[in-house]
Amino acid sequence: MKEITYLIRKEISLEWKTKYSFNGLLLYVISTIFVCFLSFKQIIDPPTWNALFWIIMLFASVNAVAKSFMTENRGRLLYYYTLTSASAVIISKTIYNVLLLLVLSLINLLFYSIFIGNIVQDMPMFIIGMLLGCMGFASIMTLISAIASKAGGNSTLMAILSFPILIPLLITIIRFTKNAMDGLDWSVNYKFLIILIALNLLTMALSYLLFPYLWRE
Amino acid sequence: MTNPSSKIDKNGFTPSPSGKVGMGLWLKILCIIFLLITIIGGLLVPVPRLAILHETIRNLFFHVPMWFSMIATLIASLIFSFRFLSKNDLELDVKAEEYARVGVAFGILGLLTGSLWAKYTWGAWWTNDVKLNGAAATMLVYFAYFLLRNSIDDEHKRARISAVYSIFAFALMTVFIFILPRLTDSLHPGNGGNPAFAKYDLDNTMRLIFYPAVIGWILLAFWISDLRIRLHKIQNQLEQIQ
Repeated sequence: MKEITYLIRKEISLEWKTKYSFNGLLLYVISTIFVCFLSFKQIIDPPTWNALFWIIMLFASVNAVAKSFMTENRGRLLYYYTLTSASAVIISKTIYNVLLLLVLSLINLLFYSIFIGNIVQDMPMFIIGMLLGCMGFASIMTLISAIASKAGGNSTLMAILSFPILIPLLITIIRFTKNAMDGLDWSVNYKFLIILIALNLLTMALSYLLFPYLWRE
Repeated sequence: MTNPSSKIDKNGFTPSPSGKVGMGLWLKILCIIFLLITIIGGLLVPVPRLAILHETIRNLFFHVPMWFSMIATLIASLIFSFRFLSKNDLELDVKAEEYARVGVAFGILGLLTGSLWAKYTWGAWWTNDVKLNGAAATMLVYFAYFLLRNSIDDEHKRARISAVYSIFAFALMTVFIFILPRLTDSLHPGNGGNPAFAKYDLDNTMRLIFYPAVIGWILLAFWISDLRIRLHKIQNQLEQIQ
């Protein structure tokens, strides 16, 4: 437990010291939104608004999470290997990526609402959906980032490997947030909520079990 | 990395025990008989006349078993990936790869037969149906799996990393293929109030062909995988000799 908090603190302080990568992500999101604004102007149609939001989120998170293992050099990985256990590394990386994506999604939501307009009717439900979506994105992509970095660390590979297995999560999250946009009753969304929570638990359990096999060499 | 068993030679392959290789003769004969029943019977037996479906209902004997065979071989691939991670024997990795290849081939056949059928019953080659999307996503996952395999040169590393990916991807795909379709309507016969053979008339002649068809195609898929695994092993041995 102590290991995990130290590793998370290390990730955050590393991010804080090299501000350029987080600022890069921020700029990436904002310029994407601006490009969308120039091409769409205002979006009144809820499905389009929702789909565009999640597509921006998808590409931003691939970029954000891809670097979590790729920027680690061999020497540092060896250093972790002697100090901590594999499970501490994957848990801390996943938690850190969840936090990163949450911040990113809030910034995305803010600028998206400013430029393209906010037509969400049930904001608390939308935020809950966004939270679960970010958790799912982060936990799936963290393991894929570890796989891609072992396979040569090319960022195209990261996208190819993660997009198809993100589809179930993406479809569920888009339906969930679409219902939130239309201001439907909470009872409509229970089944999607259950699937989202189950998917999150499943991916976290799998990455916890499978990561040790990638780790040792 | 240490090999858990002393039986494994320096290249990571267990020397295969002589005799007993591959599928039993009886299973092969059973496979041929069942497929003959499927092809001859499937095209000739009288079928119930249902609205929209008409004679295309015969596709049941060819399209549906493709998915059963695909799922059976992909599950076999998954099991060998699991066993590879626990035993570290490269022969298990060869099996995992070849079962996945055959599974994907059957998946493509399933997409083709389904697409052709959809053109004449639903009026379009592709529709936004939850089962179609699940099938397409599964194909994408396995293409990514083969790409991942090609991008790693070291055999042991490739086997380990691709086994991890295949287990992870399969678990998430199960949600897509088995759970999401249950929650939404599909255009497929038997879903969303569309007619299917079991729903209205319990047609027994069709069942008499359908069950052998499923078993026959699954046996064929395993037979092909078996041949491919043996071919792969021979190629590996040839490379070692050279």
